[in-house]
Amino acid sequence: MTVELGHYALILALALAFVQMTVPLWGSLARDPALMRVGRMAAWASFGFVAFSYMALTMAYVNSDFSVLNVVMNSHSAKPLIYKISGVWSNHEGSMMLWVLILVLFAALVAWRGGGMPERLLASVLSVQGAIAFAFILFVVVTSNPFERVFPIPVEGQGLNPVLQDPGLAIHPPLLYLGYVGFSIAYSFAVGALIHGRIDAVFARFVRPWTLLAWLFLTLGISMGSYWAYYELGWGGWWFWDPVENASLMPWLMGTALVHCTVVMEKRDALKVWTILLAILTFSLSLLGAFIVRSGVLTSVHSFASDPTRGVFILGILTFFVGGGLALFAWRAPLLRQGGLFAAVSREGALIVNNLFLAATCAAVLIGTLYPLALEAISGAAISVGAPFFNATAVPLFVMLLAFLPIGQTLAWKRGNLLGAAQRMMVALGISILVSLVMLSMVHGGPVAAPLGVGLGAWLILGSVSEIVSRSWRRGATLRIFVVRAFGLPRAAWGAALAHAGIGVTVIGVAATGWGVENLGVLKPGERIEIGAYSLVLEKSFVRNGQGFREDVARFSVMENGEFAGTVETGKRVHAGRDMPTTEAGILTLGLGQVYASVNDFHADGSVSLKAYWKPLVLLIWLGSVLMAAGGGLALIDRRSRIGIVVRSKAAALLAGRPA
Amino acid sequence: MAMTRKQRRLVTIGLAGIVLAIAATLILTAAKDKIVFFYGPTELKTMAASPGQRLRIGGLIEAGSLVKSDDLRVAFRVTDGTTVLAVAYRGLLPDLFREGQGVVAEGVLESDGTFRADSVLAKHDENYMPKEVAEALRKQGVWKGQKDGATP
Repeated sequence: MTVELGHYALILALALAFVQMTVPLWGSLARDPALMRVGRMAAWASFGFVAFSYMALTMAYVNSDFSVLNVVMNSHSAKPLIYKISGVWSNHEGSMMLWVLILVLFAALVAWRGGGMPERLLASVLSVQGAIAFAFILFVVVTSNPFERVFPIPVEGQGLNPVLQDPGLAIHPPLLYLGYVGFSIAYSFAVGALIHGRIDAVFARFVRPWTLLAWLFLTLGISMGSYWAYYELGWGGWWFWDPVENASLMPWLMGTALVHCTVVMEKRDALKVWTILLAILTFSLSLLGAFIVRSGVLTSVHSFASDPTRGVFILGILTFFVGGGLALFAWRAPLLRQGGLFAAVSREGALIVNNLFLAATCAAVLIGTLYPLALEAISGAAISVGAPFFNATAVPLFVMLLAFLPIGQTLAWKRGNLLGAAQRMMVALGISILVSLVMLSMVHGGPVAAPLGVGLGAWLILGSVSEIVSRSWRRGATLRIFVVRAFGLPRAAWGAALAHAGIGVTVIGVAATGWGVENLGVLKPGERIEIGAYSLVLEKSFVRNGQGFREDVARFSVMENGEFAGTVETGKRVHAGRDMPTTEAGILTLGLGQVYASVNDFHADGSVSLKAYWKPLVLLIWLGSVLMAAGGGLALIDRRSRIGIVVRSKAAALLAGRPA
Repeated sequence: MAMTRKQRRLVTIGLAGIVLAIAATLILTAAKDKIVFFYGPTELKTMAASPGQRLRIGGLIEAGSLVKSDDLRVAFRVTDGTTVLAVAYRGLLPDLFREGQGVVAEGVLESDGTFRADSVLAKHDENYMPKEVAEALRKQGVWKGQKDGATP
């Protein structure tokens, strides 16, 4: 019964989304406040109905209602509760429900927080968001109904793919979707503003918090996905340039550009046309990602069940929103008046360079991802574009951006002083070069890129420290004033510094992979395999029975320079009812590095073959991304980000040493 | 000394041109030598692969052809029904590497006609077949499975 109610609620939400799409837009064009107000109510109501519908599906999972096809296919009554709840989004239909839920959640949040927004802008934004929600709810209802019943009712479900029975499933998709789908708000703002026809600094102030929010969730979502793949797949890597990974990286790159250029638009009323275009493109890339994952045009670890009608439907949604957005842009953008003027060497100029490099990096990723498809369609030749391509294109472009970042970060608005900026950054640059040189001379072996990468990371971190220091320190000031000034800096300044330092931390982690050691071998009990300063000694191999699986386990002692440092267990699991064995990697964290062991085969004579890795500083890769997201969070709670507060008090600005 | 609108546009376009040129150079260079082509055994035989050129090959692992030695050296043969290609590899094989199953390998063709692989991919799980394998097998009419690479 709840299942039917859930289905019914979804259809009602579809109708409400239609109302939300049409009525406020009409109201906005006719300047009718009553009609415009309908938008907010429709947004709340459709969120309520989708939430109810989503809960109904979740209840079917929790209660193991095997009369629902989706539950039968993806659940099992003996599954732990957390995987019953997260199992909802483990499959195509359920994950579309999560997608839709987040879509209407964002609309409801905008309706809730948008009280201070110009009425017509809010109405247009909600209307566009309603159109997106309408398209996706229709997609679910028509092609991907999760509430479909099955008869006769099976006694037991088929269970969840064992790779997905992991806390990673509970964390990675919701974060990722909050990011992906969150950018729909930026799109709705851009298109809404184009319809509405007024685009100024006020618009930027309203759109910026939403963009930041989506960006920080996407950052966390990608990074948690990367860590999950690293420990779960047992392949020893954390990024594979898989088409689906690229599909999430592209909106991240564009979204990063967007986060930066909304600052320019908010503070300087400049780059308006570009900001609007970026907002449209960022969500377009999210939609492209949805198409790549769900249409089956590319096969990858992430592929969902593919069905041609779904691919065509999503392609239709993609074409409509990208094409419609861009057409509206082409029609309306020439009407935009350019705002604040600035010199080439200025914060604005630096942010243009930032945007250009991010866009170029994104283009390289896009070409590498879609080129195989295009070539196959045109000439029939099958090619593979993998890490070598991206390492030779996207990576150098991104590195150029990073090398330039600390200088750009310290340039003043309107008219910067390159010499002054260079002077402020002299110490940071000097230390970073020194770090590179010391690393180069001390550490032998490994690629030259590794010490250079660590130097780049240090440059980013120290550059951020310098930025905070140079903004707080004045000649002759006491330490107390310095501290007061530093804490008086806007949170956005701290946020930017933290996020930039965070990317430095990630860069160091990535660079250190150059010093990683890997080795493979066949070991009998008591034998050892060397990986750098560490060695793994096979203690024993044995069979273990877990909940719903049988596992061959190999236990190793990890020795660090001959001393016992811990144990790792790696195994092969065979889950009941599946003939696919899964590899369980064994990981021992030592400081910021990890010993990673992945068993391949258990032989009849008790020996095992395995691949073992020493991964120095590997945790920095993910730690850095958490810092980036935290920086985004700090910028988000900056007082200026809050809607309604236009200027900080003059006194605070004076204390900060620079007009805020 | 703020620039006029025209100057600013000029600088922006100039910068965009520079970045675009860098990106285009990188992408075009990489497109020439970082991209790996895929061939089936028959195609590989009829074309002349230059020595040292990285390739991907794929097909079915011939039944009874797998030989494993102690130091993780593996030899097996890949077939598409008409032509057989010998593959040599040192390393760990994927979980679903089985005789009679599809496989994709990346590496170089030796002068003696053996394919020296440095990575081997098999089906990732019971539902997922690398697209190239499905494609190669379908071309040869051997693949009897579903039409698409990824299936429900």
